[in-house]
Amino acid sequence: MATATDGKSTGIAAVQQAFAACAAAGRRAVAPFVTAGDPDVETTLAVLQALDRAGATICELGVPYSDPIADGPVIQASYTRALASGMTLDKLFELASRARQTISMPLLAMASYSLIYRIGIDAFVSRAAASGLAGFVVPDLPLEESDELDAACRREGLVLVRLVTPTTPPARAEAIAERSTGFLYCVSVAGVTGERTALPAGLIDRIAWLRERTSVPILVGFGISGPEQAREVSQVADGVIVGSAVVRQIEAAAPAAAMTQAVEQFVGELVAACETA
Amino acid sequence: MSSATAPGQPLSQVPDQLGRFGQFGGRYVPETLSAALDQLQQAYDDALADPAFARELDDLLGAFVGRPTPLLFARRLTELAGGGQIYFKREDLSHTGAHKINNTLGQALLAMRMGKRRIIAETGAGQHGVATATACARFGLECAVYMGAEDVRRQSPNVRTMRLMGAEVRPVESGSRTLRDAINEAMRDWMASVETTHYIIGSVVGPHPFPRIVRDFQSVIGRETIDHCQRLFGRLPDTVVACVGGGSNAAGMFYPFVDHADVRLVGIEAGGRSSGEGEHAAPLSYGTPGILHGSLSYVLQDTDGQTADVHSVSAGLDYPGVGPEHSYWRDTGRVEYTNVTDAAALETFDTVARQEGILPALETSHALAWAVEEAARMQPDQILVVCLSGRGEKDAAEIARLRGQTEAAD
Repeated sequence: MATATDGKSTGIAAVQQAFAACAAAGRRAVAPFVTAGDPDVETTLAVLQALDRAGATICELGVPYSDPIADGPVIQASYTRALASGMTLDKLFELASRARQTISMPLLAMASYSLIYRIGIDAFVSRAAASGLAGFVVPDLPLEESDELDAACRREGLVLVRLVTPTTPPARAEAIAERSTGFLYCVSVAGVTGERTALPAGLIDRIAWLRERTSVPILVGFGISGPEQAREVSQVADGVIVGSAVVRQIEAAAPAAAMTQAVEQFVGELVAACETA
Repeated sequence: MSSATAPGQPLSQVPDQLGRFGQFGGRYVPETLSAALDQLQQAYDDALADPAFARELDDLLGAFVGRPTPLLFARRLTELAGGGQIYFKREDLSHTGAHKINNTLGQALLAMRMGKRRIIAETGAGQHGVATATACARFGLECAVYMGAEDVRRQSPNVRTMRLMGAEVRPVESGSRTLRDAINEAMRDWMASVETTHYIIGSVVGPHPFPRIVRDFQSVIGRETIDHCQRLFGRLPDTVVACVGGGSNAAGMFYPFVDHADVRLVGIEAGGRSSGEGEHAAPLSYGTPGILHGSLSYVLQDTDGQTADVHSVSAGLDYPGVGPEHSYWRDTGRVEYTNVTDAAALETFDTVARQEGILPALETSHALAWAVEEAARMQPDQILVVCLSGRGEKDAAEIARLRGQTEAAD
């Protein structure tokens, strides 16, 4: 199913269109991350609208989980805030569904496989599809264990974004790149999510190597803190993923109106930094 | 169910190449760790094929740890129970006071084979932290131990010991500030340090190949018990019992017995205050299959898929998950699992101290409580072996504090 009853593209088609529109506008992709329900659902909805206005290509909606092992302190704390304020999966799917009515960028769920498995793979994927989510990034699901979720995503026409890291051996990276749908998530450093001051050595070569092995866009994430790094990365990659730097703005700024404005401005700067023309 | 083995296949023939114990186990980790886990698997396979590795480990287990540990007839406890004969497998006499050292020495040797000179670990009761710090001191390795802030408080004697051994203890303030959070933090450290650091996980949990490696290193407990029983009684015991948190002492005790179908194996979880959610730490009794810390096993979770809060008076059992092989043994029916409350464990701690002159760890006291009750139902010629997994000096101050509170409340 490529379009929903409201006529908007869904799933993999929506993601492809978002990248195509971005390229047509002479830009690399900017994919911010926000935690659903941090600090509450209404604020997240306002932030998503701000990101959409700022020109974000696609958004990763973090699904709060009690034991996230891939995330650094900033995102972990945002999960804790969301869960403490009563965030649930019902509220997450409702949020995605409401957001979809007012924004054009596709939303991907960034979810721990622990959570997906506990709810049930088919149930989780079909609820995600019904709520208009375009697919998943699952940071703790290695290639060997991914067949079942992969099949469910293909059945519903959703993307399943795979991750390659600096510790991934070449043959394995190639296998991961082949299986990734929507885009390929290139993790810049070995470590958890979080901002870092400098881009790691070898990143540019790794991206060039990967580009010869996949037809999907390559986005770089983990450690990108601002427009300067986004500009540098966008010279070689198809886009950037920015998580902790966005979440930190949500964490820091109040009242809500000033915060969404700050987030919109920050992501707007990232978008401008990623112009290729 | 789907996890049942093929007919005729011994229960001990697990895990498979993907780390599966029936449906349980596997490897659910961020991609950053995949290569390190492959490397560990390779290093372990190489070590198994190298007689020098087994020799070095055996020498250490003898002269450094003091193995084999004795099998003690608990005469006065047996008289008190009034039934079967109770024997203690004395892991509390191991160097550092618990079975944990069997695993940390083995894994430290593996770390050095991989050229890694920095070690991280998580700890709950502190016994694994102490055993890791001890192995690192022995080999001159750098050591950092993550420990929940609540556990730092209630197991302070072990914190002191770790520091004396030169380890850095890093209190974890996130979440419930207990073992589960310590594992989360250790995993995060490992994500960033994996190329130079080995993570010595302390129980039969975590991603493949950890559950197998830890089980294998701890299986010396069960092998020695079989040897002892053959020499003393000319036969195997009737019943073997061990406490189960993550389940490493139980896995090490049970594994050599699983293909001996006539030996009854019983694992005792932490029953806490009650069977209500958040009141216990007994996933095999009350949990459902789910993924936690890299493997599929029984886990305590709420209806929304979040890991549930757990409670046990014993820091070493205060964990919402359990090793995947225990889940396999549970579902195949090979091992029975039940649980014992905080109150019963505390009472048995006193009983064993007075009847036998041994302070058992609070973790172990759970298994002992069940053993005393069960022995009463057994015949005088029957033999019940309890894995006395650790000593209880570390718990004396916390027990006094708990009693002070109770008396004040009265």
